[in-house]
Amino acid sequence: MTSTPGAEPASGSSLLRFATIGSVDDGKSTLIGRLLHDTKQLFDDQLEAVASASRRHGVEGVDLAFVTDGLRAEREQGITIDVAYRYASTPRRKFVIADCPGHVQYTRNMATGASTADLAVVVVDATTGLREQTRRHTCIAALLGVRHLLVAANKMDLAGWDEATYRSVGDEVDALARRLGMATVTVVPVSALLGDNVAVASTRMPWYRGPTLLHALEEAPAGAWAHEGDGGARLPVQWVVRHPGGGRSYAGMVSGGTFRPGDDVVVLPGGQRSRLTSVETFDGPLDEAPASLSVTVRLDDELDVSRGDLIAPAGSSAEVVREFDATLCWFADPPVEAGRRFRIKHTTRLTPAQTVSVLSRLDVGSLELESTSALGPNEIGVVRLAVGTPLAVDPYRANRVTGSFVMIDEQTNATVAAGMVGVPEFAAVPQR
Amino acid sequence: MTNQIGFYPFPDRFDRFQMAKISGATRNDIGAAHMTTTIDAQAGGTGRPNAPPSPDHLDLLEAHAVFVMREVAAECERPVLLFSGGKDSAVLLRLAEKAFRPGRFPFPVMHVDTGHNFDEVLEFRDKAMAGLGEELLVASVQDSIDRGRVPDPGPGGSRNRLQSVTLLDAIAAHGFDACIGGARRDEDKARAKERVLSFRDVFGQWDPRHQRPELWHLYHGRVRTGEHLRAFPLSDWTELDVWQYIGREHIALPSIYFAHQRPVVERDDMLLAVSEWVVPNPDEVVEDLTVRFRTVGDATGTGAVRSHAHTVDDVIAEIASSRVSERGATRADDRFSETSMEDRKREGYF
Repeated sequence: MTSTPGAEPASGSSLLRFATIGSVDDGKSTLIGRLLHDTKQLFDDQLEAVASASRRHGVEGVDLAFVTDGLRAEREQGITIDVAYRYASTPRRKFVIADCPGHVQYTRNMATGASTADLAVVVVDATTGLREQTRRHTCIAALLGVRHLLVAANKMDLAGWDEATYRSVGDEVDALARRLGMATVTVVPVSALLGDNVAVASTRMPWYRGPTLLHALEEAPAGAWAHEGDGGARLPVQWVVRHPGGGRSYAGMVSGGTFRPGDDVVVLPGGQRSRLTSVETFDGPLDEAPASLSVTVRLDDELDVSRGDLIAPAGSSAEVVREFDATLCWFADPPVEAGRRFRIKHTTRLTPAQTVSVLSRLDVGSLELESTSALGPNEIGVVRLAVGTPLAVDPYRANRVTGSFVMIDEQTNATVAAGMVGVPEFAAVPQR
Repeated sequence: MTNQIGFYPFPDRFDRFQMAKISGATRNDIGAAHMTTTIDAQAGGTGRPNAPPSPDHLDLLEAHAVFVMREVAAECERPVLLFSGGKDSAVLLRLAEKAFRPGRFPFPVMHVDTGHNFDEVLEFRDKAMAGLGEELLVASVQDSIDRGRVPDPGPGGSRNRLQSVTLLDAIAAHGFDACIGGARRDEDKARAKERVLSFRDVFGQWDPRHQRPELWHLYHGRVRTGEHLRAFPLSDWTELDVWQYIGREHIALPSIYFAHQRPVVERDDMLLAVSEWVVPNPDEVVEDLTVRFRTVGDATGTGAVRSHAHTVDDVIAEIASSRVSERGATRADDRFSETSMEDRKREGYF
């Protein structure tokens, strides 16, 4: 027996969430299709469907991009429009894969896929090197907190399996990754089309002695999302549970640290102090509630606590702000300028907000902030925001939950921006 | 061996590969040419001293699903939980208990009833709901047919696609602005593209080309009158995850999910249970086979699989070695065309 899609990895292995990013036509979907195919994660009927779709769309052979490009419009045009999620497992670990689109106009969908990723697989056409869109995606991944890059120097078959080409991609990526503050970078020369160094080691590039892409994925640090930040535990109140016998408890998902019964806490933005008398789930009381668990807690005082409030340790609480600077990825067509009104969803709170001013735009080529008065679609920049309800925030780099928000159009309810509290650390303000 | 995925073995020279940790190096070469750079030596590891034991995979899936349910309940005016009697909706009911007990569910439970049910599924539905003490609504496809909302496909015709109309009518009649469902991204290539909170316009349509960005775990539930959301707390669960959770939580299921003997006919490469709606044609052979159902849907379009899996553990072992996907094995409705699921979802399907 060699093939069992979806089988369970050995116990003790962890979960890695990764997103594929990079420019259009550099081969992201083909690479994921190849990875799933060569690791036998595809069922027979799925493979047959991909083969018959390839024939129907006039593709020679089997187009492995169809494994994730499942929408009618995607197959017609041979592009990825929205992120596809796939699930895979090896004896080493489980994977949640977000295959992201490359087109500039679908940057919002790429950001969706990358926002929960531990690691980004940057797919680069080795014959052309990094494009502006590759830089934009890598930059957005860095802003979103991705600190581990796995670079697939793709289309090595077209590059004649040439070591110098690979090295040139590696040098470009290395320079960019350092500027963006990445923690690790691994560059693997691959051919997604032919499978070299994806799951199976290539025999055509004897000069390369590193891991395959799959092996690198199995070795990469996982769980960065859950372990992000050390600024103290946070519990945004989601739901107030009223108990039949009287009393209330507060439900929410823990981030940033661990809560324990007996902890001294503060409820923000009001600032009331209290103590946790219990931390529990449906299944009973807990001695401790680590990040990523959904729990309910009880406080020892009868306080006025409701949805949107934040429970934090008394010793390391969040900052309460009415006005703050944040980095935006702007998704909507009409540009954002000073004086525009929105709704903001921050943790479990919805509040009216206004742009006080647009401070700067990030040049994704030079990684410099340049002054501006508006951000256009798919641009990244820094704005000053005023909010109708005080918010308890942390810098995004300290806590991805209390440091993030989305902006919502008041008329259409469209999500028009992703926001991160603070300014990008890597961006230089040019000397004038 | 059968529970292990087969991999091409890694060549020996990679076995001792370790990620390089060269803090502050401007460039590093390991071997002839191998670019791995650890720029920040502090950031390579994930463990912290005295870190609590990490929640396992199922704990994380459960915590996220509970989070989604609470967000929908808090943000939407009139949510409803869709219950089919299948395994995924049985898991949803347990997750709703985890999210809201000791309180009541902040939404009713609704079954869209095709009228072509397996008896075991209806029995299970009524027993499960009685045990929970929550409100059950039934939206009936037969009613839609009787009122002329949809054409009658005839006694043996599939009513699967008709459910969309019945569902949308029920959403309008009750004023629901969010439907919590058990669909998973691993079921189908169109579902693989869908958001956890998925927007529907006033016609109930999904527009896969213009989905709302959905970053982090910030699920925003605002819709205008007549629009609604579909919420999928099990988005990131696989078939195997669902079964492992059923095992861990001792969740009861309709007996047809486990091996049993019943008369079946083979039709369109599927084993259909003989019933008042599936009447064998003169040229079809009725066989008494040991089968189970991998999914539960309209009895005219849901195939059985040959199986000797009598327990949850047996089922887990069986699907771990299966070469055919869950829907590929059992659903006639996904075989109409390359994009049947996408097309049905555009019309308002689950």
